[in-house]
Amino acid sequence: MDYFLTEEQQVIRDLARRIAEEKVLPVRAELDEKEEFPWKIMNILAKSDFMGIYIPEEYGGLGYGTLELCIAIEELSRVCLGVSTTYAANALGTYPILLFGSEAQKKKYLPDIASGKKLVAFALTEPNAGSDASGIQTTARLEGNEYVLNGTKQWITNGGEADIYTVIAMTDKSKGARGASAFIVEKGTPGFSFGKKENKLGIRASATRELIFDNCRIPKDNIIGRPGMGFIIAMKTLDKSRTGVGAQGVGVAQGAFEVAAEFAKTRHQFGSPIISFQAIQHMLADMAIQIEAARSLVYSVARYIDSGAKDISKESAMAKTFATDVAMKVTVDAVQIMGGAGYMREYPVEKMMRDAKILQIYEGTNQIQRNIIGQAIIKETTARM
Amino acid sequence: MKIVVCIKQVPDTAEIKINPETNTLVREGVPSIINPYDLHALEAGVQIKEELGGTVTVITMGPPQAESALREAISLGADEVILISDRAFAGSDTWATSYTLSRAIKKIGADIIFCGKQAIDGDTAQVGPETAEFLGIPHISYVKKIEYIRDGVIRVQRMMEDGYDVVESPLPVLLTVVKELNEPRMPSIRGVLASRRIEIKKMGMADIEAREDCVGLKGSPTKVKNIFAPERRKDSMMIDGTPEEQVEKLIEEMRKIKCL
Amino acid sequence: MPIIIKKDKCTGCETCIESCPYDAIEIKDGKAIINEYCNECSACLSVCPEGAIIKKEEVLVKEELKEREKRLQDYSGIMVFAEQRDGKVAHVSLELLGAGRRLADQLNTHLSAVLLGADRSEAEELIKWGADRVYLCNNHSLRTFNDDPYTDVLSKVIEEYKPSIVLAGATPIGRSFIPRVAARVRTGLTADCTSLEIDKETGNLLQIRPAFGGNIMATILCPDHRPQMATVRPRVMKKGQYDPERKGEIIELNMDEIESRTKVIETVKETAELGVNLQEAEIIVSGGRGVGGKEGFKLLQELADLLGGVVGASRAAVDEGWIPYSHQIGQTGKTVNPRLYIACGISGAVQHLVGMQSSDIIVAINKNPEAPIFNVATYGIVGDLFEIVPLLINKIKEIKGLS
Repeated sequence: MDYFLTEEQQVIRDLARRIAEEKVLPVRAELDEKEEFPWKIMNILAKSDFMGIYIPEEYGGLGYGTLELCIAIEELSRVCLGVSTTYAANALGTYPILLFGSEAQKKKYLPDIASGKKLVAFALTEPNAGSDASGIQTTARLEGNEYVLNGTKQWITNGGEADIYTVIAMTDKSKGARGASAFIVEKGTPGFSFGKKENKLGIRASATRELIFDNCRIPKDNIIGRPGMGFIIAMKTLDKSRTGVGAQGVGVAQGAFEVAAEFAKTRHQFGSPIISFQAIQHMLADMAIQIEAARSLVYSVARYIDSGAKDISKESAMAKTFATDVAMKVTVDAVQIMGGAGYMREYPVEKMMRDAKILQIYEGTNQIQRNIIGQAIIKETTARM
Repeated sequence: MKIVVCIKQVPDTAEIKINPETNTLVREGVPSIINPYDLHALEAGVQIKEELGGTVTVITMGPPQAESALREAISLGADEVILISDRAFAGSDTWATSYTLSRAIKKIGADIIFCGKQAIDGDTAQVGPETAEFLGIPHISYVKKIEYIRDGVIRVQRMMEDGYDVVESPLPVLLTVVKELNEPRMPSIRGVLASRRIEIKKMGMADIEAREDCVGLKGSPTKVKNIFAPERRKDSMMIDGTPEEQVEKLIEEMRKIKCL
Repeated sequence: MPIIIKKDKCTGCETCIESCPYDAIEIKDGKAIINEYCNECSACLSVCPEGAIIKKEEVLVKEELKEREKRLQDYSGIMVFAEQRDGKVAHVSLELLGAGRRLADQLNTHLSAVLLGADRSEAEELIKWGADRVYLCNNHSLRTFNDDPYTDVLSKVIEEYKPSIVLAGATPIGRSFIPRVAARVRTGLTADCTSLEIDKETGNLLQIRPAFGGNIMATILCPDHRPQMATVRPRVMKKGQYDPERKGEIIELNMDEIESRTKVIETVKETAELGVNLQEAEIIVSGGRGVGGKEGFKLLQELADLLGGVVGASRAAVDEGWIPYSHQIGQTGKTVNPRLYIACGISGAVQHLVGMQSSDIIVAINKNPEAPIFNVATYGIVGDLFEIVPLLINKIKEIKGLS
C-alpha cells in the first residue's frame, strides 16, 4: 500500500532495505549465535548518514523527524531486531540531550552522535525499578563543582559499547517524583564500570549490561536541564521513542510474514502448495491485516508527532502496544505455518519469534502502556463532563 | 589532492545470455551497472580524499545513458562528475578511448587517477596503462594495497601471480586496482539525494581539444571483423546409474586416458 | 558505414536490435537504422529473418591501397616478448614461441624474441625453442619487472626492427606494460587471444578472443597499423618443438642509462599454500558454489592428493571465502589446461569456462542436470558431489591398495 512517502523518506527506506539485505541478512544468524555486537553494521549505517536522521542539521544531522527514523528502524527490523535495537537505542539515549540539553551540551555531544563516531545508551532501569521507575535508587550528590553518582543500572541496551550514557539518578529523595535528575556520563569516567553481558532469549546481537557507579564524579555541567526534571525528561524521552519500538514491531512482523508466505508457496503437501489451503490462507490474511493496521497506526502517530503536537503520550503508547502485540502474534504464526522447519535454527523465523518478545516488555511494558492510555482516557473523559 | 576516477557503465555480463537459435547475444533486459572494479577504484579515491583532503572527480566516456552511472558515483562519495560524450567518440577501441580520456584528464588536472583493473565487457585491462602513456605519467597496475602517500610519492603493493611487489611512484600517477584493495561503501542518504539533483557536466570534442583522427571508429587501430558464439564440445557423454555405478564407469574412463 | 540495412526489405521486426551488443540499432519511422555506435561486428547480419542487412566490403581506392601498403611494407617478422622471472624464461614465453613459429612458417618470415634482464644462456634456450633471432638486454636493472624501462626498451626495439606482429603473455607483467607500448607506438593491441590465425587473402593476423564475460567470441583485426599486437594467456597456446641443434642469432642491445620513474622496493612471494603451481598442474580438482564451505574443499584436496593433482576453484567459492584467490580459475582468475579437470559443484558460468575449457578431459559433477558445465564436459555425472567424491576416493584408494 502506498503511504505517500516523500522523496527523502523513499530514499531512506530503499537504502535501509539495501543495507539490511546486503549487509545484515548474511550475518544475522551468526551474530545471534555468537551474541556478537554488530560494529561493522553500525559503521556502515554511520557512513551512510543513518545515525543523524533525527538530529538537526546545525549539529551535523539530516534534520528529519520521527517518521523518517521509524522507516529506517522498520527496514532494519525486517531483517534483524538485534541490529535494529542497537541502532534505535542510540536515539533513545540521545533524546534527553536533544530535547532538554543546553546549547553547549548539544554542541559538544550531538555532532559525534550524528556522525556515528560515538554510540549512546539510555539508563533508567534498576534491579528494583522497572515498571516502577520512580523506585530508582541511584543517587547523584552535588559536591562543589561535581556530581557524585552511586548505584547500579540494570539491563541497559548498548551498555559497555556506547561512549555516551544519559542516566537518571535521584538528587533529592525527599522530593519524590520531583527528586530525580538526568545526567550525561561518558565511558571511561573513573568510578563508572560495567557488569557482565547478559545472556538473552532474543536480540542477542544487542549488548545488554549492568552499569555500576561507584563514587563516579562528573562535572556539574553534565546535568541535563535543571535538578528535579529527571522523570519529566525520562517520560518525554520515552514518549518520543515509543513509535520507534512500534516500527520495530511492524518490521519484524513484515519480515516473518514474508518468509512464511514464501515457504507456504513452495512447500507441497497432499499434492498442493500449502498456501492453497484455507487454513493457511486465513492465517496469512489475518497476519497481513494486522501488519498493515500496525503500520498505518505507527506512521500516523509519527506524522502526528512530527506536526509538532505537544501531548503525544497516549498516541505513542497506542502505536507501541498495538504494533508489538501484532509482532508477537505474527512471528508465532509464522513459525506455525512453517511447521517443523519453522522450529529449526536453519530458518530465520524462530529467531524472529524469540526476538519479538522483548518488544512487548522494554521501553515500558505493554501493561504500563495500557496504564498510560487509561490515564489519558480518564483525563479526557472527565474534561468533557 | 586532486583525484580523478575513471568509470565505465557496462551490461551485467553475469546476466547476459546467448540466443541458442541465432547464436548471438541477447542484451535485452540486462541491467546496466558500474563496472564492479570501478567501484573499488572510486572507494579508493574517496578514502584518500577523506584522509588527506581534496576532491574526487569521476569521469566516464560513454553515451548519454552513462549519466546514471555518474549519478550513482555521487551517491558513493564523488564530488564532481563529468560525462565525456560526443558522436565522434562512438566505436572507439581501447587506443581511441584511452586517448580521449587522457585529453579530458589533461583539461581537468589530476594528482592521482584511479581505474578498475578491467571492464567486465571488454576484459582487456588496457585502458588504464594506455591512458597513463598518453598523459605521459607513470602507472602501477593491480594495486591491492596503498601503503602510504607522502611528499609527492605513493607506495603500493602490486599483485603478481605468486605474491606481490612493493612499488613506489612519484605523483601524478595512474593506478589500476583489484578487488582486494577495499570494500566499496554503501551509498549515503545525502549522497543519493544529491545524485538526483546534480547537473551533469559534459565534455565533447571541442572541450577536450581532441584530434579527429585519434577518436572514435576512425581513430581505432583495431577493428571487429565478426563475432560468433563459442563452440561447444562435441564428444560429451553423460554417465548414468547409481552413484556407485557412475563412479565405476568414471574410473574405467580415467584408466583409459591413463590418469590412474 | 559498411553495415547497411536495406529499407525495402526491413519489416521493423526489431530482431536485430536484440542481438546488437553495442546498442547501435534503433527504430525510426518503422524501419531499423544503424547509428554511430556500430562496431561492424556483423552479429545482426545473421539474425535478420528478411536478409535485409548486408555488409559492404571495404573498397579502397587505388591511392588509398597504395598508401596503406607503403605504411605497412617496412614491417615484417613475428616478435615475441619473452618474459622471465628471476632470470629464468617463463613457460608462457615458450608457448608464445610455439604459436609464433607456426605463424612465421605460414607467412614465410622470421621469428624473433625480446629478452630483458636474463643472460645469454637463457637467450640460447629461446633459439632452441624456435626463435631465429633473440634481442637480448642483460642490464641488471631489468631483472625485476618495472613498467617504465620495459616499455622504453620494447618500444625502441619495435621502432628499430619493425616487426609485423608482436606477441606477449597476458600475465600481470604483460597486461601492465604492453598496453603502454601499443599506445606509444600508435598501434592496436588485442588482449587474451585464444586463437591466432593468418587471413589467407590479406595476410593480416586474425586475433580471436572472448568478450562480454566470455559469452561471445570476437575476431579482431589491426589492418592499418603495425605491428599487430596481441597478448595470449598462459596455457592457451602449445609449446613448439625443442631442437637442441637449432641455430640462431643473438643481438645484444645496448641501452644507455635506463631511467625509471617507478621503483620496485621489494618482491614478496606468497606461494606457500599452493604447493604445485595451478597453471602447471596436469590434474585439477576444482570446486564451486556446490561445495558449500571450507570443509567441502578438504574433501576435494583429498581427491587431488590421491590423483597427484591440485585444487582449483570457481569465483563463487573464492568470493565466499572458502579458498584463497590464488586457486581461482576463470575470467578474473587463472587459465589452466590440464589433462584432467574435475569440476565439482561448479555450474559452468561462461566466466569460469574461459579459464578451463581447453582442458583435455573435463569431468563435471553437479546436482543440476541443466548446469551449463555439462555442455563442455567430456564426462558428465548428475549427482551429489558429497556422494560421488567420497565413493571415488574410496575406489581409488582400493585400486592403489591404500584402504
